[in-house]
Amino acid sequence: MNSDVFLQLTVSGLSNGMVYALVAVGFVVIFKASDVINFAQGEFLLFGAYLAFAFIGQFGFPWSVGVLATLLGAAMIGLIVERLVLRPLIGEPVISMIMVTIGLSSLLRAVVNGIWGARPKAFPNFIPSGEVEFLGAVVGIDRLLVIAIAAILLTILTLFFRHTRDGIAMRAIADDQQAALSMGISIKRVLAVAWAMAAITAAVAGIILANTVGVSHDIIFIGLRVFPVVILGGLDSVPGAIVGGGVIGLLESYTAGYTTSGLELIVPYIVLILVLMIRPYGLFGKEIIERV
Amino acid sequence: MESGIFFSDYRADMALRRMPLQKVRTGLLLVGLVVFPLLANPYWLNLANQIAIATIGAIGLNILVGYTGQISLGQGAFMAVGAYGSGLLTVRLDVPFYLSIPAAALITAFAGLVVGLPSLRLKGLYLAVATLAAQQIVEFVVTHWDGLTGGTEALVVPAPELFGARMNTDGRFYWILVVVALAVALFAANLFRSRVGRAWVAIRDQDIAASAIGVNVFGYKLLAFATSSFLVGLSGALLAHYRSIVTWERFTIEVSISYLAMIIIGGLGTISGSFFGATLIVLLPAMINTLGRSLQDTAPWAATVLPYVQQGVFGLVIILFLVLEPEGLAKLWRNVKDYFRVWPFSY
Repeated sequence: MNSDVFLQLTVSGLSNGMVYALVAVGFVVIFKASDVINFAQGEFLLFGAYLAFAFIGQFGFPWSVGVLATLLGAAMIGLIVERLVLRPLIGEPVISMIMVTIGLSSLLRAVVNGIWGARPKAFPNFIPSGEVEFLGAVVGIDRLLVIAIAAILLTILTLFFRHTRDGIAMRAIADDQQAALSMGISIKRVLAVAWAMAAITAAVAGIILANTVGVSHDIIFIGLRVFPVVILGGLDSVPGAIVGGGVIGLLESYTAGYTTSGLELIVPYIVLILVLMIRPYGLFGKEIIERV
Repeated sequence: MESGIFFSDYRADMALRRMPLQKVRTGLLLVGLVVFPLLANPYWLNLANQIAIATIGAIGLNILVGYTGQISLGQGAFMAVGAYGSGLLTVRLDVPFYLSIPAAALITAFAGLVVGLPSLRLKGLYLAVATLAAQQIVEFVVTHWDGLTGGTEALVVPAPELFGARMNTDGRFYWILVVVALAVALFAANLFRSRVGRAWVAIRDQDIAASAIGVNVFGYKLLAFATSSFLVGLSGALLAHYRSIVTWERFTIEVSISYLAMIIIGGLGTISGSFFGATLIVLLPAMINTLGRSLQDTAPWAATVLPYVQQGVFGLVIILFLVLEPEGLAKLWRNVKDYFRVWPFSY
């Protein structure tokens, strides 16, 4: 097989995979802190992309200010959602939690559509695009930059969980809520931080996507593509989300490159079912054995 | 007014409708269902038919989610199996619709068994994600298996014939749908008074305890998947013949979500809730549409935002119900009944 094509596929797969990883990390953070599966993660991404479009494209902010404003806006949305929608439901059954985030996704989508309309927008790209020779193959600069940006962010997030007060509190709550409470950790604060972080990472992914594929409604599909990623990596593992994102991205890219039938659309879901059959807690997830 | 519950034999005590008021309400409902098509215009008949189909599907989903506690995001996929199954049997093999619909429901029940297999090891969130994957895979198969389903092109199903009459109007199809929907509701209501239904509820409430008292958990879970899919397939097959076109867009993940919304809003684990939820989810967009059209003269921009308003209200209604009344419309209805049962001496 042609090694140039292989390298191109690898780079584009990895850059897609890193976007998945960013969205998946937000997903995992929420799941770790509160056992909630967030079906609105794709809509957070959409919101981030359109906010960035509004600040940079419509208001004409320089991109650095625009990105900062977008991240702040995303954090606000995350906090509002946590306070108004999720907090009243603490302790409700799984199905309620799933449905409330589904309702949320519908509402957020409607808000985005209502404000900006459903037509795709031209985004003023600020990540330089163009071709560059990399290890003997021609690949897009933006793809390489995306991989670098995501890698840096994901490293920061991993360090956050290891070394900061909030990060450690989050791990404590994930480990044992009762014990964490009795140690004086505020669950409300941790949940708020978790939702804000999820919205921010999704917004970063949204900004990256706006640069590479443009601002449109279609990017919402990533909200569902996150499921194979997190199941493969393990629902409660941040490194798992990163590895899972990379693997799923590469797998899609190779399937799209070497087959012609559109199989890349379902390969992630086939992987998902295989993982659930063989190793339901994923590559790095905490193993919970319960047999009935 | 009731002053107590007194029965002198077991038959009366075990009856599905025991109290005088219950019997009156059931009678009124039946009379209403017969009188309705005589008074309603085609628009309302169309809505009523949609509600009937949605009610059958919602009861099916409720068996799985509300009674057995197995969350499924694959409703759209199962409806697709039923719709394409019945449609293809009629178009390719000339099977009459009164045979093809039950056959399609059986095929869907089998598909449900297959999708239910992971429930041996998976619970809660993980099972929900597995059914999500099943939904995506079925969607892919339907749109890419051109030889069987016609791919993304619509499958045209001829209008069914019964007793020499072509069932091609809303008014005629109404009778088929109402009879089937009532039969399904009766079946489900009795099912939950039987051993099988009780076993499902036991699994939902505490699966380990259920297995300790001798319930075959995996077997009953599979049975729940099969029964639920049978009804969902039935609703899909009826939809195929009612609409006379089958396209894959009618069976996406959005459909799974709106059916979940029906049973959440209506009330998990109740038959009446399935009906209330189906009614609300069908009527809501229709009412918003009417409202938007009536505003057209005063505010022409209303038409352009209409789809977004529908989407937003849909999401908002789900959130509000979960936050304010998690037991759904069935609970509200029960409150009303309880209030009037002993009215005006309510203490």
